[in-house]
Amino acid sequence: MDNTSKNLDEMPKKSPLSFQIDLKKFEKATDDEKKQQDVMSESTSFFKDGMRKLRKNPLAMGSIVVLVLIMAMIFIVPHIVPYSYSQIITVNGRRDKTASNMAPFEYSQLEQKYIEEGGKVFPHIMGTDEMGRDYFVRVIYGTRVSLAVGLFASIIVLLIGVLYGSISGYFGGKVDLVMMRIVDIIYSLPDMLMVILLSVVLRETLKVDNIAFLQKLGPNMISMFIVFGLLYWTGMARMVRGQILTIKQNEYVLAAKISGAKSGRIIRKHILPNCVSVIIVAGALQIPSAIFTESFLSFIGLGVQAPMPSLGSLANAGRAGLTAYPYKLIFPAVMICLITLAFNLLGDGLRDAFDPKLRRD
Amino acid sequence: MSEMKKKSEYLVEVNNLKQYFPIKTGFMKTTPLKAVDGVSFNIKAGETLGLVGESGCGKTTVGRSLLRLYTPTSGDVFFDGERVDKNSIGHMRKQMQMVFQDPYSSLNPRMTVEDIIGEPLDVHKLYSGKGERRDRILELMELVGLNAEHATRYAHEFSGGQRQRIGIARALATNPRFIVCDEAVSALDVSIQAQVINMFEELQEKLGVAYLFIAHDLLVVHHISDRIAVMYLGRIVEIADADDLNASPIHPYTQSLLSAVPYPDPKMAKERQRIILEGDVPSPLNMPKGCAFRTRCKYATERCAQECPTLTDRGNGHMVACFNK
Ligand SMILES: Nc1ncnc2c1ncn2[C@@H]1O[C@H](COP(=O)(O)OP(=O)(O)O)[C@@H](O)[C@H]1O
Ligand code: SF4
Ligand SMILES: [Mg+2]
Repeated sequence: MDNTSKNLDEMPKKSPLSFQIDLKKFEKATDDEKKQQDVMSESTSFFKDGMRKLRKNPLAMGSIVVLVLIMAMIFIVPHIVPYSYSQIITVNGRRDKTASNMAPFEYSQLEQKYIEEGGKVFPHIMGTDEMGRDYFVRVIYGTRVSLAVGLFASIIVLLIGVLYGSISGYFGGKVDLVMMRIVDIIYSLPDMLMVILLSVVLRETLKVDNIAFLQKLGPNMISMFIVFGLLYWTGMARMVRGQILTIKQNEYVLAAKISGAKSGRIIRKHILPNCVSVIIVAGALQIPSAIFTESFLSFIGLGVQAPMPSLGSLANAGRAGLTAYPYKLIFPAVMICLITLAFNLLGDGLRDAFDPKLRRD
Repeated sequence: MSEMKKKSEYLVEVNNLKQYFPIKTGFMKTTPLKAVDGVSFNIKAGETLGLVGESGCGKTTVGRSLLRLYTPTSGDVFFDGERVDKNSIGHMRKQMQMVFQDPYSSLNPRMTVEDIIGEPLDVHKLYSGKGERRDRILELMELVGLNAEHATRYAHEFSGGQRQRIGIARALATNPRFIVCDEAVSALDVSIQAQVINMFEELQEKLGVAYLFIAHDLLVVHHISDRIAVMYLGRIVEIADADDLNASPIHPYTQSLLSAVPYPDPKMAKERQRIILEGDVPSPLNMPKGCAFRTRCKYATERCAQECPTLTDRGNGHMVACFNK
């Protein structure tokens, strides 16, 4: 065993039976090469890096394009199409009986006569409904209502869930125990049943007549927000709590404590920035789920107040004459699918880009 | 106040520190997990005390309750003659710091190096303007051998060794007099370990800080420490001068630890007989009565099962907790 005393720079020989890599095949790195290893890659901030990854995701980018187009449509279309969502089609002030249940791009008898006389009539892109209202405008308004419900409901869920979850997670101990048992109880209620019951009860008890804006939305819409606020934040709260519990374990939080930082600073500087991405992703995924619930409630007649359309109530109305006028179900249904799919794909894309750890394989 | 504030020769004094964690062992039932069970030691200003022991023996817990990350179950810690408690810790935070084991989880991935190192400065408001803050941060980066141009980068762009240097710079920001280094080099490659240890020594010479240097590797600890304490299951079993402990370990556990050290010099390795520990470490939830080491000790006697040995001086301040000899 005297080879140990030899020059250390000489590479040891590999024994033929050893599984070790034969070091003879390697050269020692020169100092220059070692230095190169130290040179660091291009500096990227967390946000830039995430955006780069998001841009490379074709599904997410496609979803953004679809959502932007839909958004543009719901803002532009009401200015271009001369009909309103509750307006029954008239020609020169006269109502036309034949204007109901028209197919896409069909004109009623009065309209045809009017056109022959040289007048101009805006085409009914998706036809009309059974009361003779332009269906395209109604679908667009329905999309607007559904999106608004989805966004607001998600914001409510986000606010309550994040606040509740962060308090529970950060303070831990008994506070956490009590708060989480409450969540468990709410979570274990059959949610659809509760939504229906609450909608019914709230519709009876809510008095919104004296507030113009709320009146337009109808008590159903208000009760829907309340339902979301009461029931759907639990998932968000659980997730935020779990995230904060993991972040709290990190040594950088201990380092901040040792440096003398107070709770407020630790939450602001260390905990929230590290769960923002998760919250954003969860929020994005909450929107389609809220839209879906809204559509469902409207479909069973507990949604927005007529004549205000929503995608769900349109689909419900379309169901009636399904065999004769299938397009009346197809248009709102396709819209619901497009919106929920786009938000889901975007949420997945955001998660992959900003929070690769959370990816479900 | 009748009790005079005694200016002792020690910077840090730990007396009979105990840290129990309540562990759920059934429905509505908790058993105390005795992570640290009566530990005492002292550290002089500018000195390094090494703390070794197997993983799970309570080293990290000692460091953390020392710095009041946990509230100790009982026992006293004095810093510069003043008792450390809930109220006094506030103004002591500047003086006591910590370097962590994991170079990844110890740096906030959403903060730039500048802000990480600057955090203690921000908290204690140790500057009067942005310029002064920046100057101090660049000075600290230079001190630990980081390129000052990288101040605006995020921690994930650095290698493990560089990240550990960032953590050290953060610990040094407030000019502390005492730093707990909890396995500060254990996660690094061997070649980088040497660099970082040398840096710790240089910093001590320059700044006069005292270290509690925690590691599970005796070789590393021997290199940097003035004195070494050996821990087993929440207690210190032997504490002595580093060279003394290395040359003539007395406690059977220390002997087995030292025999497991791979020596670079084969002659020395041959002289030292290998003692292989048998059996597993008992669970700290269910500690053996008497000497905690007796389940694995080849010298164990009847007495060891009855009584718990206390640290006694075997000459030259070489303290051992064992009935043998
Ligand atoms: N916060 C805690 N709660 C409960 N048990 C803990 C906690 N921290 C450490 N322990 C337990 O205390 C013992 C000592 O742990 P630790 O101090 O981390 O050991 P070491 O650093 O020597 O590896 C272990 O059994 C560990 O499971
Ligand atoms: S006290 Fe007894 S059991 Fe414990 S180390 Fe000494 S000889 Fe072994
Ligand atoms: Mg440890």
